[in-house]
Amino acid sequence: MTVRTDPTRVMVAMSGGVDSSVAAALLLEAGHEVVGVTLRLWGGESDSGCCAVSDVDDARRVADALGIDHHVFNLGDHFESMVVAPYVADHAAGRTPNPCIECNRHVKFGRLMDRAGALGFALLATGHHARVVERPDGTRRIARAVDSAKDQSYVLNMLDQDQLAGLLLPIGDLTKADVRRRAAALGLRTADKPDSQDVCFITRQHGRGDFLGRRLTLTPGRVVDGSGAEVGSVAAVELVTVGQRRGMALAGGVAPRFAVDVDVAAATVTVGPVGDLLVDATPVEAFSWADGPVDGMLLVQTSAHGSSDPAVLDGDLVRWSEPHMRVAPGQSVVFYDGDEVLGGSIARRG
Amino acid sequence: MDGVYLDHAASTPARPEVVEAMLPWLSEHPGNPSGSHAVARAARRAIDDARDLVAALVGAQPGEVVFTSGGTEADNLAVDGVVRSTGCLPACSAVEHPAVLVPVAEAGGIVVPTDAGGRIDLGALAEVLSAVDGIGLVSVMLVNNETGVVNDLDAVTAVLVEAASDAVLHTDAVQAVAWMDLTVACRSAGLVSLTGHKFGGPKGAGVLIVRSGVDLAPVLRGGGQERERRSGTQNVPAIVGLGEAARLVVADRAATVTRVGALRERLEAGLLAAVPDSHLTLPEGTPRTPGVAHLCFRGVESESLLFLLERDGVSASAGSSCASGAQEPSHVLAAMGVERGSALGSLRLSLGHASGDGDVDHALAVIPSAVARLREHDPVGGSA
Repeated sequence: MTVRTDPTRVMVAMSGGVDSSVAAALLLEAGHEVVGVTLRLWGGESDSGCCAVSDVDDARRVADALGIDHHVFNLGDHFESMVVAPYVADHAAGRTPNPCIECNRHVKFGRLMDRAGALGFALLATGHHARVVERPDGTRRIARAVDSAKDQSYVLNMLDQDQLAGLLLPIGDLTKADVRRRAAALGLRTADKPDSQDVCFITRQHGRGDFLGRRLTLTPGRVVDGSGAEVGSVAAVELVTVGQRRGMALAGGVAPRFAVDVDVAAATVTVGPVGDLLVDATPVEAFSWADGPVDGMLLVQTSAHGSSDPAVLDGDLVRWSEPHMRVAPGQSVVFYDGDEVLGGSIARRG
Repeated sequence: MDGVYLDHAASTPARPEVVEAMLPWLSEHPGNPSGSHAVARAARRAIDDARDLVAALVGAQPGEVVFTSGGTEADNLAVDGVVRSTGCLPACSAVEHPAVLVPVAEAGGIVVPTDAGGRIDLGALAEVLSAVDGIGLVSVMLVNNETGVVNDLDAVTAVLVEAASDAVLHTDAVQAVAWMDLTVACRSAGLVSLTGHKFGGPKGAGVLIVRSGVDLAPVLRGGGQERERRSGTQNVPAIVGLGEAARLVVADRAATVTRVGALRERLEAGLLAAVPDSHLTLPEGTPRTPGVAHLCFRGVESESLLFLLERDGVSASAGSSCASGAQEPSHVLAAMGVERGSALGSLRLSLGHASGDGDVDHALAVIPSAVARLREHDPVGGSA
């Protein structure tokens, strides 16, 4: 069980979505003293309106319905410096980062968790679909959610023992359908609210290229094949992701070609046939571990909802048991023992 | 209300006499003041009685009183009304309320810097007036809502005269009513904004004083109420309450200023003595109202402090809040040049007519320990 039954004070991060709404409700049922907090992270344009006011309103009204206090914390400066600015810098360097993971690392389980502790809350809860499991030796790990289709263990790969000891994930034992049923039974207004999918500071209307174009000088680039012959062009090398097929002005009539390397400094994208997307090893960096470094044979996952595949972690190289799709530099490479997260890292350019 | 309320500058309770005066106009007397029959005339009489009381409060003629829905509408009407009527360029101080700053910005207007106390920089204003043609409105708040700093409007007017400017002076006096004699302080302003809920009246009742001779186009158009300056059926109960609050505040303001001023001095002195590395935000000697204690506590974040204070039974505020309820970095402190490390830990404790010694005692009992706790456990930037 991830909901402990002692009535410890819990701060629950409420995004205004159904998962964190139900998380708050479950904690309350379990006898905790619960306070809801919604983070204001991004003051610019977003799909949910300025300052994400509608999401804050949803969170506030759910808290009202549950009878718990609700606060809004403005961590916008921290979000800008620790998530948005690095997101821009990563693209400038030809990497494709996952800003939601960096937000978890630095904001939710960094600044917010620290603040919760300072304010007298030993425990922080979120509405992530994952579980915190305690092992026989007393250490804790993130484990996959019961609802494997909604599993978010990948984006929680950076948590260490201190953070895991202060974390509750109340809905990890429920399927998404269960969560919505619970919300409906409680009469919560978020019961039917669609899941959020996208990066909160990138709008569907204007997209990533528009956002980055306002913060970076984007570089037009050449597209070459494995022999170095020029076969196409891109308007912005910073926007190309390894594995990408379209948008490179490639001639038709031949087998599909995919981006296999992005060299921003040389303003060059290299493409190759699908076979070139397969590699024997993926270089990684920036490790984080739940309970100290691990090596040898592991299961390794390279995207939020991808498969986990066997590989040997050998220093800073993930050696795949079977040839594996290239991982775009900047993406998280997460290590599992069965369903449990051992740690994470970031793919780098080979 | 549970606990200790120290956010009177955000909103202060309606006085009991005000509530009493309003009640009949919510039910017994349903008339629309624009109507012709006796029931309507009764409502008309009620708002005109209130108009007389507000005119006396400000030292204006009753015909110069335009009732609005509050301070924001009054500020918007002042800026937009003059800009639309004359085609002029507006200017305002950098610490104005957003209800002034936003329409001034939208009209392509000019923002004039302030001194370290947050008072408009008169030299900078003179430079703007001589460098830019067509400035027809200058908006300078009488009292700032965050710090309580007081501007000298006669001195602003002297700058306008010196520059041979024909600009009309607008002042947002929303935060002044409870503390200052407006018949003196606002005598040189052609436009004056007020709102009821800052001095014992109800929310949703405001005033723009439009002195005769000021060209003003209406923003709300329609039935031509308020002498064609603000259409829409008047909010009779709220206006009656506003009038009663105006009467009360004139009657007992001097005593309140003395009493609350003493409370504020004790609160500030107690906090400065009990909290190391704390200081008043306004430089010593800056003219200010008695209702606000604005302090900066280095090494804490306002949001965390307000959270702990709420749990300890104190309702207060820091800078300003955005629509989501989140604390925003203060444009007022930024304009004053307050260093960011200090501004992050700012706290506004504001007192009102109903504040007493017990409020100060409670605040002094809980604030120092809350600051100490945050400094120990949550130093700013601790995880960055």
